[in-house]
Amino acid sequence: MSEQKRIATRDSYGNALKELGHLHPEIVVLDADLADTTRTGIFKKDFPERHFDCGIAEQNMLAAAAGMSTCGLVPFVSSFAMFTAGRAYEQVRNSIAYPRCNVKICATHAGISVGEDGASHQCCEDIALMRTLPGMVVICPADDVEARAAVKAAYEYEGPVYLRFGRLAVPVFHEEEGYTFQIGKGEVLHPGTDLTIIANGLMVKEAVDAAAVLEQKGISTRVINMATVKPLDEELVLAAARETGRIITAEEHSVIGGLGEAVCSLLAEKCPTPVRRVGVQDVFGHSGPALELLKEFGLSAEHLVEEALSFM
Amino acid sequence: MTSEELKKLQITACKVRMGIIESTHAAACGHPGGSLSSADVLTYLYFKEMRVNPQEPNWADRDRFVLSKGHAAPALYAVLAERGYFPVSDLTTLRKVGSYLQGHPCRSVTPGIDMSTGSLGQGVSAAAGMALALKCQKKDSRVYTILGDGEIQEGEVWEALMFASHYHLDNLCVMIDNNNLQIDGWVNEVMSPYPIDEKLKAFGLEVEVIDGHDLNQIEAALGRARQTKGKPYGIVLKTVKGKGVSYMENVGSWHGKAPDDRQFEQAMQELKKSLEVLEK
Repeated sequence: MSEQKRIATRDSYGNALKELGHLHPEIVVLDADLADTTRTGIFKKDFPERHFDCGIAEQNMLAAAAGMSTCGLVPFVSSFAMFTAGRAYEQVRNSIAYPRCNVKICATHAGISVGEDGASHQCCEDIALMRTLPGMVVICPADDVEARAAVKAAYEYEGPVYLRFGRLAVPVFHEEEGYTFQIGKGEVLHPGTDLTIIANGLMVKEAVDAAAVLEQKGISTRVINMATVKPLDEELVLAAARETGRIITAEEHSVIGGLGEAVCSLLAEKCPTPVRRVGVQDVFGHSGPALELLKEFGLSAEHLVEEALSFM
Repeated sequence: MTSEELKKLQITACKVRMGIIESTHAAACGHPGGSLSSADVLTYLYFKEMRVNPQEPNWADRDRFVLSKGHAAPALYAVLAERGYFPVSDLTTLRKVGSYLQGHPCRSVTPGIDMSTGSLGQGVSAAAGMALALKCQKKDSRVYTILGDGEIQEGEVWEALMFASHYHLDNLCVMIDNNNLQIDGWVNEVMSPYPIDEKLKAFGLEVEVIDGHDLNQIEAALGRARQTKGKPYGIVLKTVKGKGVSYMENVGSWHGKAPDDRQFEQAMQELKKSLEVLEK
């Protein structure tokens, strides 16, 4: 594998936010005592008067953001995934999603790759929680290029959006030149006819690497980057199911309620197809270096290769 | 205000009470008790205090109102109808399929509703957010919110008040409808929120306690709220749950129960009598 630049998508978020801030004065940012680590601090440096620390009080933060949005501002609200989607779930439901407030919920430190902080902070349920909310757009970008584009797309979209970012620096594999991001559109990164891996977040690069290995073993593997979990790009999933006959989903999230389940629900109704779900297998995480944990929990190219081989 | 103005407001408040009884009776459910306790302050807000335009409910420079105790929706709907946001005759569609008068306020379907509420504790946060946004936009609009005294058992309320004080939201007025009753009984027996005024003060608000059914006291308090700079204003409204309907007054079970036909007749008779006295 070639040497690749690594950037955590939380950094992408902070940088994109700052850029957007210069273009759109109605953007305000709310954070809950984590501005440095969610990277909203990057925005704060340029716009201290438009960045509001809400203290360690996420429930108020989310509902206050809703109120701000009704006056025409566009709030980007950040904390860890655990505390935005988790702790403030009901505020997101009743004060943002139900009234259809134009609030962008930008959650960092999602998934097992939070690492040493352990299970209390490793939120692997956020996508499941957010997906169930009517009208909520749910996006989990894979690398720096996609994450920055997704932040801009979220701004341009009128309505509530949940964006999921990671703490761990991950390889940048998209080319900036000519790249476009569209909410609700998946992206075929590798062609294939025997099997499709549908992934998002940091599992996309793993899927691409797995496909290269599988290719050498004679298994033609399609790789789809499905950053938008909701609304799901149904056509792309159905085409992959019809054309390759086998699907593996891959996500740094519980296999319950996330991308895997979204794909399974669609296929069960419209095109029954064998599926394997790679993800966190209904267990809590624990402390350890992120890269070790990802291996341990099967969130790696190696595991995807094993899964694919046993699936054929 | 002049005695003439006072009488006019009292008459409106009485009609609002009738609207509460008619709508909850028609729905055969809803929350008359806490609606009746907040009828006077809501009437004052929409008829005297707030800068609003029923012909243009989303006017950008209006004052905002958030009913944090969203279950008192029948009172808010009745006030909005009296104020001309929608026909009074629509009040009896409350809680019915296809009605724009949802069980709890919903901003996307009802003209004049600034925020969807119903889940307790969240409205005050939204109101604080609005106040902050209006300050960012350098607007002089004010934001008013009413909470229940049971509602302030929610932790989020105190997060919101901390936030409001921290950002010096002197364009925010937080009112507590202190009718002393919640679903399970007297608030001090269920989970005492007292002393409410001292707690609000400790969270940085300028606070006063008034008779929440005395329109003169409401006027004076809201006037002082407007003049207070640098901090949000808190008003504890001492009220009677079920106010204006004899058999509902101070009876906890009228929190979330509609009057039956006989009770409806009695309530309307009492309110009509009150109206006659006022209109004399």
